[in-house]
Amino acid sequence: MKSYAYFPGCSLEKMAHSYHISALETSRALGVELRELEDWNCCGATAYFHVDELLAYTLCARNLAMAEQQKLPMVAPCSGCYKNMYFTREHLRHDADLAEHINAALAEDNLSFSGESKVHHLIEVFVHDVGLAQVKASVKNPLKGLRVAPYYGCQILRPRKQAKENVEQPTFFEDLVAACGAEPVPYPLRLTCCGGALIITNREAALSMVRNLLESAIQARAAVIVTACPLCQVNLECYQKQVNKEFGTDYKMPVMYFTQLMGLALGIPPKRLGIGSELVAVMPAIREAQEAAPALAAK
Amino acid sequence: MSTATAVAEPAAPSAAPPENPMSFVEEINHLLYASKGNPINTCIQCGTCSATCPVASGGFMDNSPRRIIALIRAGFKEQVLKANTFWYCASCYQCTVRCPRNIDIAELMYGLKRYTVWKTEHQEGLIGPVFSETFVKMILRTGRSYEPVLAPTYMFTYGLPEMIQEATMGTALMLKGRLPLLPARIKRLDNFKRMIKHIIPLGDKE
Ligand code: SF4
Ligand code: SF4
Repeated sequence: MKSYAYFPGCSLEKMAHSYHISALETSRALGVELRELEDWNCCGATAYFHVDELLAYTLCARNLAMAEQQKLPMVAPCSGCYKNMYFTREHLRHDADLAEHINAALAEDNLSFSGESKVHHLIEVFVHDVGLAQVKASVKNPLKGLRVAPYYGCQILRPRKQAKENVEQPTFFEDLVAACGAEPVPYPLRLTCCGGALIITNREAALSMVRNLLESAIQARAAVIVTACPLCQVNLECYQKQVNKEFGTDYKMPVMYFTQLMGLALGIPPKRLGIGSELVAVMPAIREAQEAAPALAAK
Repeated sequence: MSTATAVAEPAAPSAAPPENPMSFVEEINHLLYASKGNPINTCIQCGTCSATCPVASGGFMDNSPRRIIALIRAGFKEQVLKANTFWYCASCYQCTVRCPRNIDIAELMYGLKRYTVWKTEHQEGLIGPVFSETFVKMILRTGRSYEPVLAPTYMFTYGLPEMIQEATMGTALMLKGRLPLLPARIKRLDNFKRMIKHIIPLGDKE
């Protein structure tokens, strides 16, 4: 069994609770153990880096140091947390003075950072560590005929982690959707930002960015958008009403987490995946696709 | 811009602090010291960053990223600090991965945010700086974030319709069990606060 130090991050506590429970369910079904970091703290989101860089690194380093204590690689389901942890580890590994300075602070909590624990996004764990073949082999309920727009967003991919990393034409999300038996549709805006925290600091801009993403998914005739980040999910789903009001549109696009999609394919009951807590219901789209699927197959 | 080594005025008689000898572009390059990207002097003004930026191309920035870089290099400090560009940057890193000169533009935007927060010289009426500061204070108190504490930092700028939309969404989320009623906090909070004090000296009021 593969084990990871699991860093849920603040939004999975409540706003994205369905991501949390579906992550745990799908991991269990695929033989992955997520051991929640004991006493983790906020990664600093983007706000920290706006105010003080050193403090932001320290906050991330505390979490990394706790993962090292558990002797496990770290996994984060939120793209923002993932990016912060990943690059904090990189900076500290390459800047001994910075690491020393931060270690002096961490000593107050009897911790120290060495850089032992690698950092992964949850989706990487399924795509690379478990592997798509294994995911495919575990599918009990292939989601045939479900047209899915895989939305990568930003910080899973950017900034680049390796010089040659393919940040312009990734396919891992489409591959994962296909492994679940669903149909990934070409989604032109899959790499374009959802507005992130601008939903608070510049609502007008963020709503217009959300509208573009929804419109692009509709044009692609997607039945559902699938995300790998709580902030993307909230912007795309919870603000649809505001978008409709602002732009006179009538979007009712379900937006779910990739772990919920996987969970359904693995035969886990929707309720145990937190399905039902969304503002735009997901299940009608799923059922519609499943009912149409036999007809499709007969053609 | 003019070089900083022009003949110095005869020094004032006493201990007046020396003029900052660093030019604005140098100051900004220092902000990017830790970034792996190239200094902004290497920018060729191709405009890829602005074209690729979803916020600038939506018409929401008063100065595009390319233009901000031009203004920094020309030493237009006032204009740069008063721009909304970096506060409206969503940190999507699209500009950074596409810049042909490998300049870390997104990191530059972070740097400019910090610069204006320190000097409290940002444009009036922006939500970003207040929001960031409230967020940081909140984490320093509890170690975790808690949405309801943040709401007052931006709600005051909303008109009535936005307020109502926000409240309706809040209620809907509450009914779905998606809003926290009580703030979370970490367990070893005392250690945590002492750790923070190593990094930034805090007043004891907190
Ligand atoms: S993409 Fe790079 S080189 Fe081109 S204008 Fe922007 S910063 Fe300058
Ligand atoms: S990181 Fe900021 S400036 Fe760069 S493209 Fe994204 S929103 Fe625009």
